[in-house]
Amino acid sequence: MKHVLAILVENKPGVLSRVAGLFSRRGFNIDNIAVGETVAPGISRMTITVEGSEKLVEQVIKQLHKLINVIKVSNLSKESSVMRELLLIKVNAEVGYRSDIQQIVETFRGKVVDVSPESMVIEVTGDEEKLEAIKLLLQHYGIREIARTGKVALLRGAAITREG
Amino acid sequence: MRKPEINNKGYLECEHRQISSAASGATMIIKALEKENVDMVFGYPGGAVIPLYNKLYDSTLKHVLVRHEQAAVHAADGYARVTGKPGVVFATSGPGATNLVTGIANAYMDSVPLVIITGQVPCSSIGTDAFQEADITGITMPITKHNYLVKEVSDLPNILSEAFFLASTGRRGPVLIDIPKDIFDREAEFVYNRNRKIPGYNPTYEGHAGQISRAVKAIKEAKRPVLFGGGGLLRSGASPALQDFAEKARVPVILTLMGLGAFPGDNELYLGMPGMHGTITANYALTQADLIIAAGVRFDDRVTGKIEEFANNARVIHIDIDPAEIGKNVNIDVPIVGDVKTVLEALLKNVQPGDTAEWLQQIKGWQKNYPTLCGSNGAGRPIKPQFVIKELSRLSPENTIVATDVGQHQMWTAQHFNIKRPYKFITSGGLGTMGYGFPAAIGAKLACPDETVICITGDGSFQMNIQELATAVNNQLDLIIAVVNNGYLGMVRQWQDIFYNKRYAHTALEGNPDFVKVAEAYGAKGLRAAGENNVSSVIEEALSEKGPVIIDFIVDPEENVYPMVAPNCPINEIIFGGARS
Ligand SMILES: Cc1ncc(C[n+]2csc(CCOP(=O)(O)OP(=O)(O)O)c2C)c(N)n1
Ligand SMILES: [Mg+2]
Repeated sequence: MKHVLAILVENKPGVLSRVAGLFSRRGFNIDNIAVGETVAPGISRMTITVEGSEKLVEQVIKQLHKLINVIKVSNLSKESSVMRELLLIKVNAEVGYRSDIQQIVETFRGKVVDVSPESMVIEVTGDEEKLEAIKLLLQHYGIREIARTGKVALLRGAAITREG
Repeated sequence: MRKPEINNKGYLECEHRQISSAASGATMIIKALEKENVDMVFGYPGGAVIPLYNKLYDSTLKHVLVRHEQAAVHAADGYARVTGKPGVVFATSGPGATNLVTGIANAYMDSVPLVIITGQVPCSSIGTDAFQEADITGITMPITKHNYLVKEVSDLPNILSEAFFLASTGRRGPVLIDIPKDIFDREAEFVYNRNRKIPGYNPTYEGHAGQISRAVKAIKEAKRPVLFGGGGLLRSGASPALQDFAEKARVPVILTLMGLGAFPGDNELYLGMPGMHGTITANYALTQADLIIAAGVRFDDRVTGKIEEFANNARVIHIDIDPAEIGKNVNIDVPIVGDVKTVLEALLKNVQPGDTAEWLQQIKGWQKNYPTLCGSNGAGRPIKPQFVIKELSRLSPENTIVATDVGQHQMWTAQHFNIKRPYKFITSGGLGTMGYGFPAAIGAKLACPDETVICITGDGSFQMNIQELATAVNNQLDLIIAVVNNGYLGMVRQWQDIFYNKRYAHTALEGNPDFVKVAEAYGAKGLRAAGENNVSSVIEEALSEKGPVIIDFIVDPEENVYPMVAPNCPINEIIFGGARS
């Protein structure tokens, strides 16, 4: 099973390498990772997706807590939460295919953000399933390159993941 | 006395407020060490720390000059294990810092509090592969509790204070501070605040009340309980509580290598060490127990053997300050996160003995049938190594501190030296670091100058830090170094003997020096015993000597350590072996 962890960290030098190093040396695999600031000054939020059993994820969380710069870890997969990822996709788009592609993009509520004589760059956000679906459809035209951000997530409702 | 004042944040300011003034980075370090009651530093100078040593030169702080940085860490580690206070180390950048690595990893594995200060190339050179630049914070990330690279001198007071706080609270461990050379000379205001708060660090000391009552109930219901304790007992000062608990609850006690001394070795409830070279009684008791009260242990593979078959009949209560240890290797029925001493004291209030009489009787039977024998008649030649340990134990004073190296001699010491008190036995447990014992003994002797200190080492291990004879001689340390000289990397040879058809690939230590002459070359005393009838007299002579004494015990080269559980086998599948004739 995939688990999405929200990790609040003190924004100190080396903190990303402490977290990433912990995963690799204990044999935990990072599926994807996104890092950004929070509303609290000096505190960043890492969102890490990790694949593994309940027991493994429990150990990951406990080990993360031991890092001094880690303030809080929550497993958002355990609670109702909104998860999003952004995908940029450069697809072959010769003149005859453009409107078809355009239609797919609209269905997925994506955007065309760049056009050249033989290609387009498309931006879509959504959960993993949605991104996989559009990728599959666009494969038909020939995907040249993709870039993904890694997942970010927030709890639904008024509750927040906070320090302490 | 000054009246407490309320500051603008509403905090009461009284004793934590310090008189502030500008100071250089080097001065801050010396002042911080004074405030932390550090009386001794182990170190080795070099280019990047000259400004620090320059300030140290004016201070009253004792500095112990080792002959290799690895030994500085081991000595500080030995100091910390016998005093409970953090050991402090200074070293220079680059090779000075990388020479610390084994010592730091060793302290990390055994949860020993250390504060290590390394010099670094100046801020402006960092990242340029400058002369003697090594990324020691990067290198030591996985083997420190935490580490810091100081970029602003104004951050230094808080970093120093945090480092001591982190090293010596919660699950103890080494903390490293890397300081660029120019920071030692830069100045900033020095305010040292010991009232520390770190947002992501909040160890739990009190056990959860609900879990404690579940534990009390489980103990009352148990018919075959054992208490299985480790190094955490010593780090938390839990020995008195443990003794009271075991006696009140009528629960027998098993201690891991790291826990030896936490419970008196001669108490009737004591069953010895478990695991690979543990006592038969301890291994049988763990296997047949219906309740294991695990206290400050981490279920290492050398103790559990084949984990799937470890204690399958038992419910397990696990008390540990580190939540990540609970459930890591073994499933736990009653998890109690907390300081072992605090939790044992809480348990003690309500605990009642279960119906354990029959169990204690069964254990007595095992103890009678499987005593720990030393396989010697006291007059043999060559000497049985176990006999050396027995005699050292018999002849040394009550409060003797024993430090071991790693190998067969270490296991024989654990088996045959009667360790009755806490903080009297120090050894490299988790990392199994050859070369640990001698410098650790130096640290222990410097910390406890009035106690007899014996380093029990092997001919292989001793040569990994033999240069520290200079440190021992220079500091006029009354220290006995007992070399159990079997001419082999004995423990490896034993595995080759048992599992590799006696193919002794590169384990014979041909070309060993004459250890008596080595002692003399350094200005120490050297003694030798080659037959069992000489053993007691050389030990007595060594005990009466001043200064370091090496005793070279020429022992049976192919003696093996038994009993033995082969790796990854259940701990009740025991190879009895028995002394070779
Ligand atoms: C630094 C280091 N290198 C290698 C080993 C592997 N090792 C474990 S025990 C041992 C032999 C130790 O020999 P000695 O010190 O003579 O002790 P003995 O077993 O003979 O008593 C070796 C090589 C180790 N534990 N540490
Ligand atoms: Mg040897």
